[in-house]
This record gives sequence, structure tokens and C-alpha cells, in this order.
Amino acid sequence: MKTYYFDHSASTPPYESVIRAVAELMAEHYANPSALHRAGTDAGKLVERARTAIASLLGAAPSEVVFTSGGTESNNLAMKGILGQTGRKGKHLITTAIEHSSVHATAKQLESEGVRVTYLMPDAQGRIAAADVASAIAEDTALVSVMHVNNETGALQPIDEIGELLRDHPRIRFHVDGVQAVGKVPFDWARSRADLYSASAHKFRGPRGAGFLLVREGLKLRPLLAGGGQESDARSGTHNLPGIVGMAQALRLALESMPERRSRMYELRRRLLAYAKDISELVLNSPEDERVASPQIVNLSYPGMRPEVLLHMLEEHGVLVSTQSACSSKSLKPSRVLMAMGLGEARGAGSIRISFGDEHAAEDIDTLAERLRMTVAKLKPLERD
Amino acid sequence: MNFDYLLVRLGELTLKGRNRGKFESLMLGKIKQALTEYPELSYESAFGRVYIKLNGADGARVLSRLTDVFGIWTISPVLKARHDLEDIRKAALAVMEAHQPVPYTFKMSVKRAWKAFPHDSMEMNHLVGAHVLRNTPSLRVDVREPDVELRLDIQQQGVFVYCTVVPGAGGFPLGMNGKAMLLLSGGIDSPVAGWTAMRKGLEIEAVHFHSYPFTSQQATDKVIALAKRLAYYGGRIKLHLVPFTELQTTLAQQKQDHLIITLMRRSMLRIAERLAERSGALALVTGDSLGQVASQTLGSMNVIGRAAQLPLLRPLVMMDKLEIIRISERIGTYETSILPYEDCCTLFVPKSPATNPNLRVVEGIEHALGEQLERMVAEAVAGTDTVVMTAQGPEEKRAVPSAEDRWF
Repeated sequence: MKTYYFDHSASTPPYESVIRAVAELMAEHYANPSALHRAGTDAGKLVERARTAIASLLGAAPSEVVFTSGGTESNNLAMKGILGQTGRKGKHLITTAIEHSSVHATAKQLESEGVRVTYLMPDAQGRIAAADVASAIAEDTALVSVMHVNNETGALQPIDEIGELLRDHPRIRFHVDGVQAVGKVPFDWARSRADLYSASAHKFRGPRGAGFLLVREGLKLRPLLAGGGQESDARSGTHNLPGIVGMAQALRLALESMPERRSRMYELRRRLLAYAKDISELVLNSPEDERVASPQIVNLSYPGMRPEVLLHMLEEHGVLVSTQSACSSKSLKPSRVLMAMGLGEARGAGSIRISFGDEHAAEDIDTLAERLRMTVAKLKPLERD
Repeated sequence: MNFDYLLVRLGELTLKGRNRGKFESLMLGKIKQALTEYPELSYESAFGRVYIKLNGADGARVLSRLTDVFGIWTISPVLKARHDLEDIRKAALAVMEAHQPVPYTFKMSVKRAWKAFPHDSMEMNHLVGAHVLRNTPSLRVDVREPDVELRLDIQQQGVFVYCTVVPGAGGFPLGMNGKAMLLLSGGIDSPVAGWTAMRKGLEIEAVHFHSYPFTSQQATDKVIALAKRLAYYGGRIKLHLVPFTELQTTLAQQKQDHLIITLMRRSMLRIAERLAERSGALALVTGDSLGQVASQTLGSMNVIGRAAQLPLLRPLVMMDKLEIIRISERIGTYETSILPYEDCCTLFVPKSPATNPNLRVVEGIEHALGEQLERMVAEAVAGTDTVVMTAQGPEEKRAVPSAEDRWF
């Protein structure tokens, strides 16, 4: 049976050419990029070429690109890098109730260490209001951390508006978790007020274990890892050369084709939403309005049905989707994000996330919808309040 | 808001008489060269000025690129209005609103070059100024020390409206004042010296000495990176890589440790001079700064400098290290310069180098080496490898895609 993979927000299938490049690089450039000999300096040059390539794709300076192991590390480095510095204890952090766990848990951790944290609540669309950021700003606010695209609902956050209002507060650092946005939502670092921007390669068809953090020129971060001082001391550890170069290629491929891919994905999203409207048991948790929704994520709830039941039944028919997020599926707890949106326990505990990508065509959405309808019909007699 | 034009004022204050025509056409060429990535731009030359029509290009980026072009005095983003009071008012308000930081006081200044315009300067001053005041409650007029000056330039083809004046890099267009050979080490000073020379209109070729295996490939790569950065300002830079190992190791064996830097530097000047002659350069440029290290005391400069016949230009000679570092940060060479690879200037440095070397002793050692020294200098010149650098990298490499391109 053919498998329909609708979990692109969790991880994407890498580009064929990226897989080849990673394999070749592993075979040919195993030398440590920090080593002095020719093999090492050749590898080091490839790292720097990848840095320059990534920087120019996003409108950054090469020195503003810090390579990490992925989104979680980028987010940790951004937040702890700013707030973990001496003299920053007791400062104020503004973030939201709908951040990815790597931001949310970092905020909690910082809170336990004495940082004051404000968690902004979203509206029913899952969007944060820039005005709420403005009114949360205090004398001692050191960092604002808001994601670009929400990983559960796909809701687009007003990072440009927040950036604009932060222009009046030059001392406040602004971190944007761009993990779900890169390659799907346009972003121009040169024009942005963001000081820190996180990305993860495997979310845009690059290799796993590679990511980067854009760090505004002149901004110093306290490193998470002590060691050899790679990445201008911001991130020690031997460079993951195949991952880094593979990431640079994937980013180029993703950004070059973005306008065309975006319109295709919005097309698929429209098609899926139209089908979902016809299945009365399902409620849409993502924003309906395309202008505030990223193109690749659709979040639906079947109130009164445990989402993993839906997930496993769909899986039996070759359709892979996810519940709220991979990590918390066993806990049966309602989604923190949907609860923050005020959608209530039934919707919050019964959501599935469908996220698609380049390999999908309209017929795949038709298949998905048909199997979704069939599954819901089978489960109907088993609904619980 | 995006502007319609960038008004570029050339370094007119430094210009006299017959040079102006040459200066202006050279400048226009340099500006176009710096902006090749924006094919949509169009250019109009006027007396001492260039109007760049943006045609939709990102004004902020074009402006930022222009601030690195030598010979430009100031740049203003400009809106063009029709000969219509309402249109002019609209444009005036728009440029005032776009000004950062938000101004609290302003004054108007109107130039009516096209006399057929119905309102005279005084009237325009009032008609437009009052409109801006009405619509900007926080703004006051201050004719003596305004935060911004809102300017209207009424020309036959339209009215140019602007209030921001961004300083340019100043200086002369590159090549206006001839060519010089820059001694480029991997340090902080010499790239700054090169930039300073280029700003004065000197075309630069760079010469770098390497002593492999005492110096590493990284040290040379570092200089290549620095030359590449200088090429961002200069368009293209020839980099001469001189093999210096034999000379340096021979000099190191003369049992005159405290004079080795002096001897080495004199040989470098001789080699640089021959390369300069070969390419028609009329001066040598170094990053010397008085008193900074042993080879840069007045006594050392005297003994070292005598090895060369060409004029030695030392743009940094009276500058403090901190000033030099500040420039190097601004021109984007600092980060590369502080990479830790040793270059040949720091090799074999004795514990106590001579700060006041004796010219006769130095000449005596060189005389004793005689033909051997001459042969080594000639061989170093003959073995020199020349790469042409552009802001994108070595020129010949761009033509053939390298094998590694497939990974990117």
C-alpha cells in the first residue's frame, strides 16, 4: 500500500541531491574542518562557503550565521545566550503561550532561575497581538521571543509588527523561532528588526542534525557548550560538515522555488479545507484566512475522539498525520496551544495536524479526505463526551 | 516607503577647473560598476551630481552600497513631485514621515531653479511648511538648529523633495590619482592603509610575502580574503603572492638576530619595487604606524625606507591603533585580520629587535651577501604568483565551475 506522508511539520523527506551531497561529503571530507592540514582547511572552506551561501540567501552577513544542531539548540542558544549572561538574572522575558516546547520549556527553565516571564495569550485564531507585546514591555525587559509560524496550527505571527514596535526599544532583543517558516514564508533578515532567528534543516528538506541561528551583527551570546571555540565561541563542537553543506543546498532549493511552492501549497490547503467543511464532526483550528496562515499546516479537531485513535486508523490506510506534537502524544493532555487559544478541552484534546509538502498533488489531498471521511464515519458510534 | 531617486553629490568641493569633467565621467562609471546587480536603475548626470532613478529597486540597499563608493560626498533619497502644489505637499509630508529618527524641529529650504513655477521660494516655504506642520503635531519650526532641513528643488522636469543627507565615503574616484603597490600582510593595519589609499583615488595592487612551510596556507588564504574585501571597494585587485622562504631563512642565518626584521623589510621593499615597476605603479603603500613596533620607529623607518627609490606612502603613520581598528571594523577587514595565523612578518622575531638599526651595519650584511641577495630577490620576483581578485573571489575561478559546486 502506498504511504501518504502528511507530517512535514515534524520532518520532511530530504531532497535527493542533498542526500547525494551528504553521502559524498561524508566520504570525501571526513577531516576535521578545524584541523591545520590541507584536508582540514579544505573542509573548513566548505563550511565557510555554506555560511556565505546561507547568509546571502537570507540577506544576512556571513558572520551572522551560527551553525547549530537544529531548532531546539538554536532556540536554547538564542534565549539562554541572552538571558543566561551575568547581570541578566531577574530580567524580564516576553514570550507566548503557544511557542514550540524548545522555547516554552526554556522559558520555564529561565523562570525557575529567576527570570520574570510574561506568556502572551493568542486569540481564537491562534495569533498573538503585537499590541499585547507592547503593553507587556517593562523597564527590565531584555528579550522578546515570538515564533514566526506556529507548529501546531500554522498561524502566522505578526513578527514584522512586533519588530516595528520594538524599534522604539533598541535595548530589547528580539528572537524569532523561524523553524516552521523557513522556505514557506518569505523572510528578509536585512529588513527585519529581529536580533535572532532560528532555523532547522530537516524542516526544509535538508539533513537532520543541522540548523542555524542568525545572530545580529555585534550581539554576543553566552555559549551553551564550552569547548573548542568554533563558531566564534558561540557554539563549540566539531562542525557537522555534511549536514551544514547539505543544509545550504536545501535552503537554496527551497528558497529558489518558494513562490511557486507556496501557491501550490495554498491550493492544496484550500482543497483540504473544503473537504473538511463537509465532514461535520471536524472543526478547523488553523486560521481560515490565508493571509495569516502558513501554507503547509492544517489542524483539525474531532471533539470527543482521542486523536491517536484517528491517527492509527488513518495509518492503517496508509495515511500518516500527527497529533498535537510527537513528544506529548502519550500523555493524553490537551494541546497547550489549543487550550491557550481558548478552544476548550474537547477540541484541545482531540486535534490532528496535517502538514504537506512538495511531493503532494491534488489527488493526494482527495485520497486523504476520502480516508478521513471514512475513518470518522467508522468512529462516529464510539464518540465520547 | 520607497523613494523615486537617489541624489548623489560628488566630491565637488575638492574639484577645480579642468579636472571636473574627468572626475564626473570616472565617477559615473564607478557608480554604475558598484550597482551592476541593479539593472533596473537609470542614471542622469547633472553638474557635480548624479540622479539615480530607482525604478522600483530597494532604495535603502542601493544607498548602502553607494556609501562605500569613493568620491561620493553625500547621498539623499528623493521623492519627485509634479509641478503641482498638492503633489509637492504630499511628497514633503511623506519624506518627513520616513525620516529616522523622528525629528522634532525642521526648517524649509526651497530652491527655485525653474523660474516658470508659479509660486516663488518664500511662498513655497510657507505653503509646504504649513502643510507639514498641520499634519505633524509633534513638529516645530526651528530655523537655526533644525533636526532636519526639508528641501525642495524646483527644476523644469519636476520637483525634487528630500530631507535626509547621508554622508558618503568622500575622496576621489578610484584610479583618478594613479596606481600604487600595497604591502599587504594579514594584520589589521595594511588593509586599512590600502583602503585609505584607494579612497584617495589610488588604484592598488597588493603584494604579499609567504614563507611556506613556516607560514601556513591559512595565512595566505587570509590575505586572499582581505584582498577580496578590498576588491569590494576597488572592483578588481591584483594580488601578487611572493615566495619569501629562501630569503627569510637565509637572512635568519646571518647571526644578526636583532637586525633580521630590518633586513627582511628592506628585501620586501626591493621586491615590491620591482613588481611596482613591472605594473607601472608609482609608489609603495605600507601600514606603518609610528612607534607601533620595532620596525616602525623613526630610526627603523629611515634604514628600511632607504632600500626603496619609489615614494613610500604611509597613510596610517600618525594614527593611533584604536583609530585604525575602528576603520578596519567599518570597512569589514577586522574580523579577518584578527584570525590567528602567523604571517612571515612575525616569523623569526627576535627577543629584542633593533629599534634604532645602524644603516652601515645593515648595508654591510647585505654587501656580504652580495650576488646571492640579488639572485634571491630576482627569484622571488620571478616566482611571484598573481591572482586577480574581485569582490566575488579570484577571477579565473569564476569561469570554470569547480567540482565542489555540485554540493551547493
